[in-house]
Amino acid sequence: MNLIIVLLVVLAIIAIAQLTKVYDLSRTLRNSREEEITPADNRLNANAWVIWMYVFFASTLYLYGKYGDYLPESASEHGVSVDRLMSINIWMITIVFFIVNYLLFTFAKKYQYNPGRKAKFFTHDNRLEMLWTLIPGVSMAFIIVYGLITWNNITGPASADAMQIELYSKQFDWTARYPGDNKVFGAADFNLIGTTNGLGIVTKEGIQSKMEELDTEMENVKAAIELVKKENGNLIQHRQHSNSILSNMLNGLMPNFFPSEGSATVDYVAALEDELYRLQRHKQRILDLSENELNGLSQWEAGNDDRIVKGEFHIPVGQEVEFVFRSQDVIHSAYMPHFRAQMNTVPGMPTRFKMKPTITTAEMRKKMGNDKFDYILLCNKVCGAAHFNMKMTVIVDTPEDYAVWLAQQKTFGGSKEAPSDSTGVETPKADTLTMAANH
Amino acid sequence: MGAHGHDHGHHEESFISKYVFSQDHKMISKQFLITAIFMGVIAVMLSIFFRLQLGWPGEKFALLNTFLGDKWAPDGILDKNAYLAMVTIHGTIMVFFVLTGGLSGTFANLLIPLQIGARDMASGFLNMLSYWFFLFSSIIMVASLFVEGGAASGGWTVYPPLSALPQAMPGSGTGMTLWLISMVLFVVSSLLGGLNYIVTIINLRTKGMKMTRMPLTMWAILVTAILGVLSFPVLVSCVVLLVMDRTMGTAFYLSDIFIQGEALDVTGGSPILFQHLFWFLGHPEVYIVLLPALGISSEVIATNSRKPIFGYKAMVGSILAIGFLSFIVWGHHMYVTGMNPFIGSVFVFTTLLIAIPSAVKAFNYITTLWKGNIKFTPAMMFSVGLVSTFVTGGLTGIILADSALDVNVHDTYFVVAHFHIVMGMSAIFGMLAGVYHWFPKMFGKMLNSKLGYAHFWLTMICGFGVFFPMHFVGIAGAPRRYYDYSEFEYLNAVLDLNPMISIFAIIGGSAQILFLINFFHSIFYGQAATQNPWNSNTLEWTTPVKHIHGNWPGALPEVHRWAYDYSNPEHEEDFVPQIVPLKAGEHSH
Ligand code: HEM
Ligand SMILES: [Cu+2]
Ligand SMILES: [Cu+2]
Repeated sequence: MNLIIVLLVVLAIIAIAQLTKVYDLSRTLRNSREEEITPADNRLNANAWVIWMYVFFASTLYLYGKYGDYLPESASEHGVSVDRLMSINIWMITIVFFIVNYLLFTFAKKYQYNPGRKAKFFTHDNRLEMLWTLIPGVSMAFIIVYGLITWNNITGPASADAMQIELYSKQFDWTARYPGDNKVFGAADFNLIGTTNGLGIVTKEGIQSKMEELDTEMENVKAAIELVKKENGNLIQHRQHSNSILSNMLNGLMPNFFPSEGSATVDYVAALEDELYRLQRHKQRILDLSENELNGLSQWEAGNDDRIVKGEFHIPVGQEVEFVFRSQDVIHSAYMPHFRAQMNTVPGMPTRFKMKPTITTAEMRKKMGNDKFDYILLCNKVCGAAHFNMKMTVIVDTPEDYAVWLAQQKTFGGSKEAPSDSTGVETPKADTLTMAANH
Repeated sequence: MGAHGHDHGHHEESFISKYVFSQDHKMISKQFLITAIFMGVIAVMLSIFFRLQLGWPGEKFALLNTFLGDKWAPDGILDKNAYLAMVTIHGTIMVFFVLTGGLSGTFANLLIPLQIGARDMASGFLNMLSYWFFLFSSIIMVASLFVEGGAASGGWTVYPPLSALPQAMPGSGTGMTLWLISMVLFVVSSLLGGLNYIVTIINLRTKGMKMTRMPLTMWAILVTAILGVLSFPVLVSCVVLLVMDRTMGTAFYLSDIFIQGEALDVTGGSPILFQHLFWFLGHPEVYIVLLPALGISSEVIATNSRKPIFGYKAMVGSILAIGFLSFIVWGHHMYVTGMNPFIGSVFVFTTLLIAIPSAVKAFNYITTLWKGNIKFTPAMMFSVGLVSTFVTGGLTGIILADSALDVNVHDTYFVVAHFHIVMGMSAIFGMLAGVYHWFPKMFGKMLNSKLGYAHFWLTMICGFGVFFPMHFVGIAGAPRRYYDYSEFEYLNAVLDLNPMISIFAIIGGSAQILFLINFFHSIFYGQAATQNPWNSNTLEWTTPVKHIHGNWPGALPEVHRWAYDYSNPEHEEDFVPQIVPLKAGEHSH
């Protein structure tokens, strides 16, 4: 199969090359020059412009007809105004698209070369040029003003009764966090992230156990260093010489740029020492964190009732939601096309986006006649190999269904303890229900 | 005045100094062009490889395996990491190597001395260095495809932290290091070239060649070079900080990162800072790509319409306005980064302002055709095509500039459609128009026009066939830089476009073989060129067909008029070269 394709390509190339030769030969025989475009060629191309124009326009209309009705109607309040702005814009640019391409291609045909005619010597016309400076100017002014009004609405501060949900990204999945009964998110810090604490939520016990974990690790590394040093005492001295910024940099660019005697051992010890240094710094950062008490002790405990969900998250219809985005590793982007919503998630810099869902998942399924339809949250900033597969389902519920669902979700504090614990794992609590119903 | 006296033409040169370490601008221009063609072939091949995956995800292509081996295409299915690496290198090569180094390098070098009447560039030596830096950076970029872990894979914009952390993806290891080294060399090349272009245009114009008499190609190249000289250094600082974050433990772009089970020792940096620095170059860069193409097409359209370019002053003014504005719009790439919404509003305003000078240019092109006497040379075909792609692609920019709309289409295929049409197709068309138009000047031979037409129509049809439908894929919410879309139920409706797009890409890519054959065949066996085949006014057509050092055998030509006296009613002929003195009583433009 491969061979056939390669052969075909080779044959095609040879064929074209031969044809070219024949063509060149016939040119010389007829004594015609390459730059003298024959009237036949000129006419052919002039007509081709217009044929192309019809094909181009027809396929444009076909695409508009078949695929133009892109997404289902917006499922969020601001999305409706975005869609309106979008269709006005699309109308405007589509009209200009047709007019300008029409003029271009018809002029191309109409004014094709005619040896008996001389072109019009038309160097400039200030009135015309003013006209096509002003028309775009005025249209742009309109688009700018209308666009910015919409933009200000989208990005304005969230209203006082908006509920907050944190969306947390990492390679390659999403986690949603709900603030719990006290309506406050527990503070979070990347230094505390661990296997039982994927979001790095700050709690006293969390700090304690992370410190212990680091201490143990440091002991292990120290022991390892001691062991190697005892076995290869004199070799270690070498490292001091090459420990300059320059050599570090070069080694970073090209590992083993400066290989030295016994470098395997030296590198090994160096790596261990770096690891120890890193652990010490890590511990120091946690100490700083607990000393600063930035958010006050009470907020550290605020995390215990936070609810953490994966795979799918729910929001109540008609309730303004303010998303707070954090990222663990690289930049991702939270994109929810059905809500016309998107915001990057940036490590070290929380970002926000607010919206009010207006159509429940059930209603949308009915509208689309597709009972498998789901709203979706996807990652829209390239973030690694599985970027294309980093998604979460979004369910818009009635407030009642939402309250029931929320109450079933594990709390952070609860999930660390035994599942039989009473902190709201199974039974919906009365106050959550009223909180949701109040809105 | 010039670096060379005209006596240089007489002595024999060795092969090395003539073809390899040449300091002659005409030879350097050919070196740039041929290198760029090679790079272009690689970039097109990469795009066909990944289009196979997008068109028929999961399908086994034995051919892919043959080309890429078991590591990248096991069983003939493109690997996920290899996919991202190819998209990244495809974009990088197209933007920087083909359409910046290649386009400016070829036509600035060829045309500046010839069109302003100079013996050579201000510094032939710097010019030679510029090419060698370009060649080395090209080689390194291509070589990076073959290293362990693959080439840089975070997109041509290489946003950190992804690009800064080797543990984030395989391509952020050695591949990324090579990408950075290559880019620094590339910038050095651009700066050496750009400074030379500016100095030459400003200082070495021949007698009578006032700025206001320069052909529009010269204006476009001048402004392009100024943009490059002002913005590329910012890319260097951007890249150097990234290198430091990667190798020296700094944290300019990094903060609060936990990756691969490890809380990194970084706080206080900002990944967004990188984006500001990058796009401060990145946006002017798209005009660095586009303006020379617009300059070339102005020249080609005027010559072949046998009419003056309409509104010369407005054309110069809009080049200057676009050049200036391009420095204050970079934030339109960052509306959804969490940037302060008010700052976003300012960028909406400045960005939409660019529509005005762009519209002026488009209408002026069309008015130039009006009542012209048009000869459809292959160069003219590509130039008219350029006007169409420039308008069609430019219009969708209005949507992307509008922050409220960008929220929903940012980073989707709508963006891919937009920039491929307005920047990719337009600039490639401009470049091809330039090659067809100035091939006789470069190689002393004619290209085959029949093959030229076939090449044009296939490229035009396939180009739109590939990129126009992508608008609809994007508007339906399909993100870019995705390896596979088949898992998304809501996209099913538009996904049947993907195989069609890929088929167009394969045909369009293969159609470039016609061009390659025509190009290389004609260099050796083409019809010998005459001195002024297109009956053009500009100075380059007063030089002898056979290249000599110093360009003109005798004294430098003197210029008496602007470049656009086509079909001037005061003259018999439908063109009046710039060296023809004014008749008694004739007023100059
Ligand atoms: C043979 C014709 C071409 C085809 C089939 C093609 C196709 C593609 C496709 C499918 C992508 C991936 C989009 C994504 O996933 O984000 C892409 C990316 C890109 N292409 Fe092309 N392209 C072609 C020519 C060009 C040209 C002429 C340019 C010059 C401007 C260009 C510049 C880019 C850039 C900058 C990217 C973005 C790379 C990235 O995401 O980092 N391409 N191209
Ligand atoms: Cu992601
Ligand atoms: Cu831009």
